[in-house]
Amino acid sequence: MKILVPVKRVVDTNVKIRVKPDGTGVDLANVKMSMNPFDEIAVEEALRLKEAGKATEVIVVSIGSDKSAETLRTGLAMGADRAVLVKTDAARVEPLAVAKLLKAVIATEQPSLVILGKQAIDDDSNQTGQMLAALLGWPQATFASKVVLGDGSVDVTREVDGGLETLRLQLPAIVTTDLRLNEPRYASLPNIMKAKKKPLDETSPEALGVDAAPRLAVLKTVEPAARTAGVKLGSVDELVAKLKQAGVL
Amino acid sequence: MATLIIAEHNDAHLNDATAKTLTAALALGQPVDILVAGKQAKAAADAAAQLSGVRSVLLADGDSLAERRAEPLADLVLSLAGKYDAILAPATSTGKNVAPRVAALLDVMQISEITKVVAPDTFERPIYAGNAIETVQTSDKTLVATVRIAAFAAAATGGNAPVETIAAPADSGLSSFVGADLSVSDRPELASARVIVSGGRALGSADKFQEVIAPLADQLKAAIGASRAAVDAGYAANDLQVGQTGKVVAPELYIAIGISGAIQHLAGMKDSKVIVAINKDGDAPIFQVADYGLVDDLFTVVPALTKALAN
Repeated sequence: MKILVPVKRVVDTNVKIRVKPDGTGVDLANVKMSMNPFDEIAVEEALRLKEAGKATEVIVVSIGSDKSAETLRTGLAMGADRAVLVKTDAARVEPLAVAKLLKAVIATEQPSLVILGKQAIDDDSNQTGQMLAALLGWPQATFASKVVLGDGSVDVTREVDGGLETLRLQLPAIVTTDLRLNEPRYASLPNIMKAKKKPLDETSPEALGVDAAPRLAVLKTVEPAARTAGVKLGSVDELVAKLKQAGVL
Repeated sequence: MATLIIAEHNDAHLNDATAKTLTAALALGQPVDILVAGKQAKAAADAAAQLSGVRSVLLADGDSLAERRAEPLADLVLSLAGKYDAILAPATSTGKNVAPRVAALLDVMQISEITKVVAPDTFERPIYAGNAIETVQTSDKTLVATVRIAAFAAAATGGNAPVETIAAPADSGLSSFVGADLSVSDRPELASARVIVSGGRALGSADKFQEVIAPLADQLKAAIGASRAAVDAGYAANDLQVGQTGKVVAPELYIAIGISGAIQHLAGMKDSKVIVAINKDGDAPIFQVADYGLVDDLFTVVPALTKALAN
């Protein structure tokens, strides 16, 4: 069976982002970009299923400019078999449009399982997997911390408020990853070299017949209100007095 | 038209997140109905009816809704959607799971984790783990949004809305419930606690975490939280994690113990009303957001604080 893993190119998780002073967005010029961390976990999980003999092929897909091809190469270097780039120069492709584009790719690729990151760390939407499941009419298990592939079904343990929950989904199905599902591997140098020769196909929203225009207008982007540092106190008694004064005890 | 809220509850109890979502819903200026979907969820529906400002409560009770799985719950919401121009869910694990499924089936773009209602079609929401705030405007026919519950006060009680029973959807059989492992605790829930005592990696072990953090939390009737580093090190359970990748909280008092204050942690707690930091490294970033700091060894200061509060 095939596993499809959509991946997104985002600002590296270790970068402290800067909001443009004119309110038009976040400054992405000359900023280090990487694969969305939750998507790395998704790639890793797919590779582990393949290595365990439960899957035959892992396909990574990304939506974005030429630069998203680099992110796909990262997935290939980790061990994915081939890649599909849905090429668009649009500045913003919203989760609904991403889900529609992925649905169109899935119509061709026919995977039995799609594993996505639960959210991208740039727009923090946490929507694409759920929307894709809805559009396909497939079952979904979000926030996975464990994935056990059975015969025609998959058992997924989910991180929910207050603990864990396990669901059984009939395949084909959608799974989105949470942080503790696995520790993604680093690509080795030989694998990075090999990845350059792996197939990377290109398509486009037009070729897939999908209108990827954004629905939401972003009116402005600002820095959050800063919190000012308070005072350092000398003793526990002083702290208790301050907390009583603040009325929080 | 009207606004529909997908209630957060566990059948027996209505979660505070519902009352907070109601505050956001009322700001849209339309009548508000609350959908309570579950199994034997009459108690939760009755509690929802007592919230002030609710027009009516819809109770859908049936086997397919017992665990509020996304597929039947989305089908149910979709069957009601024609009567509403806004559908809101709290940004809890259930709300985040189902709302995008509803939005996609309505062919609308969801707005996630709103923190402010600017106008009925315009909202503020955090992006980049709270390091930027985006103002977005929708022109979709139906608004589907999740509400960051830490950003809204709970609506008052004192209402007396009618509870109308509606049919539960059939189960497609696409998914089924296998089991759950929910932590049982007498402490308040992390997401809605008035006071949170949170521990970091400096605690050094799971035993020390319990030994130092629990007595202070008991004394303050507080929920216990943890930094990602503490959770990753195995000192505390996953569902206690406060931060970008865990829970976003805004209690009246947040006590950060042995937490350095990584961006990802600050994103989850910086909207707390009063922040206290206890850390022996005076340069730790946590002090930049703390109202009160103690630069000292947590293993002496925290027991002393627990004792001082007991007196």
